[in-house]
Amino acid sequence: MAATLQFDLVSPERKLASVQATEVQIPGADGDMTAMEGHAPTITTLRPGILKSVSAEGTRSYVVTGGFAEISATGVSVLAERAVPLDEMTPALMDQLIADASEATAVASDKDAADKAMADLVALRAAVHG
Amino acid sequence: MPSLKDLKNKIASVKNTRKITKAMQMVSAAKLRRAQDAAEAARPYAERMAAVMGSLASGVGQSASAPKLLVGNGKDQVHLLVVMTAERGLCGGFNSTIVRLARAKASELMAAGKTVKILTVGKKGREQLRRDLGAHFVGHVDLSEVKRIGYGNAQSIARDILARFEAGECDVVTLFFNRFQSVISQIPTAQQVIPAVFEEAGASAQYDYEPSEEAILADLLPRGVATQVFTALLENGASEQGARMSAMDNATRNAGEMITKYTTIYNRSRQAAITKELIEIISGAEAL
Repeated sequence: MAATLQFDLVSPERKLASVQATEVQIPGADGDMTAMEGHAPTITTLRPGILKSVSAEGTRSYVVTGGFAEISATGVSVLAERAVPLDEMTPALMDQLIADASEATAVASDKDAADKAMADLVALRAAVHG
Repeated sequence: MPSLKDLKNKIASVKNTRKITKAMQMVSAAKLRRAQDAAEAARPYAERMAAVMGSLASGVGQSASAPKLLVGNGKDQVHLLVVMTAERGLCGGFNSTIVRLARAKASELMAAGKTVKILTVGKKGREQLRRDLGAHFVGHVDLSEVKRIGYGNAQSIARDILARFEAGECDVVTLFFNRFQSVISQIPTAQQVIPAVFEEAGASAQYDYEPSEEAILADLLPRGVATQVFTALLENGASEQGARMSAMDNATRNAGEMITKYTTIYNRSRQAAITKELIEIISGAEAL
């Protein structure tokens, strides 16, 4: 039995997960990372991507659109702007997310970052729905 | 002295009113549960958010390059008051208490020579403030079509506020809403969101930041505003239902009392009429 860490995934509207996970793969803004027990304390922002947790109950994947993750030696808490379990994800919902993002891009002050988020989302749609 | 017929109509009409208030009370009770659940579900996110921002802010806050959302733009001349009320009435003092607090704050600011701008969320507050502060209105958010308040609603309000701040239209932003305490007590609250205020964070673990501390904070602060707006909306939603529930409970009880009172009067006058008729008949018979 590998050592575990407390994994919490919360979105503004609800708590999606709270389990003891062995590892959590996080789509960080500067690149993906995997957090395991004993990870150095880190705070990172997220880019749109897939968040994966491995626990005794199996592997769970979530689509997240942004937010940040707080990693400590004993736990990971991810505060996602929008988070949807991967198996509940539909092409329609994905398109909705992209539409929301392009709306945000239009008014964003930081054009670069918004464009990048947009590109990430489109890539994500391709990855999830082919 | 109202006639028997009038009394009967009156009783029937109060009975109908009681049915309506009773129904409204039950609807509010059901909605209150849902609103409370929503507020509860949002709490972990808001708490964590505040904690992380607090520890980040205490690190970055002192430097000159700190984001404007955190330290303000150095002025406090133009105040934007975001007044959040309900879309509907019949909820006791719910709307009035928020409006009263906002109005007091507005006149205090104006007495100090500041400029006041008002953004209203919810129809009722707008109606109540229009007469004396209508000239200060800069916008209105209509949520009457929204069945269930989502994070998206909060985001669009936050975006509006942020755009105004960045355009230099306001220097300080304060939210006015009712914090839910219990069904019978809601506390009108004024919460300043820009520049951000944090409780002093305790000694936190030394974190690595990816990307830099400043970049995370710059990303986080707008989210923090949205989260605070969202929390305020949810607290307000729960408070509204709670206030309506107790208001309708009172109304139902009052209607019950009125019915008892009118029924007594009705019975008395009916008996009086009968007695009068009997006396007339008897004295008529005696006269013969």
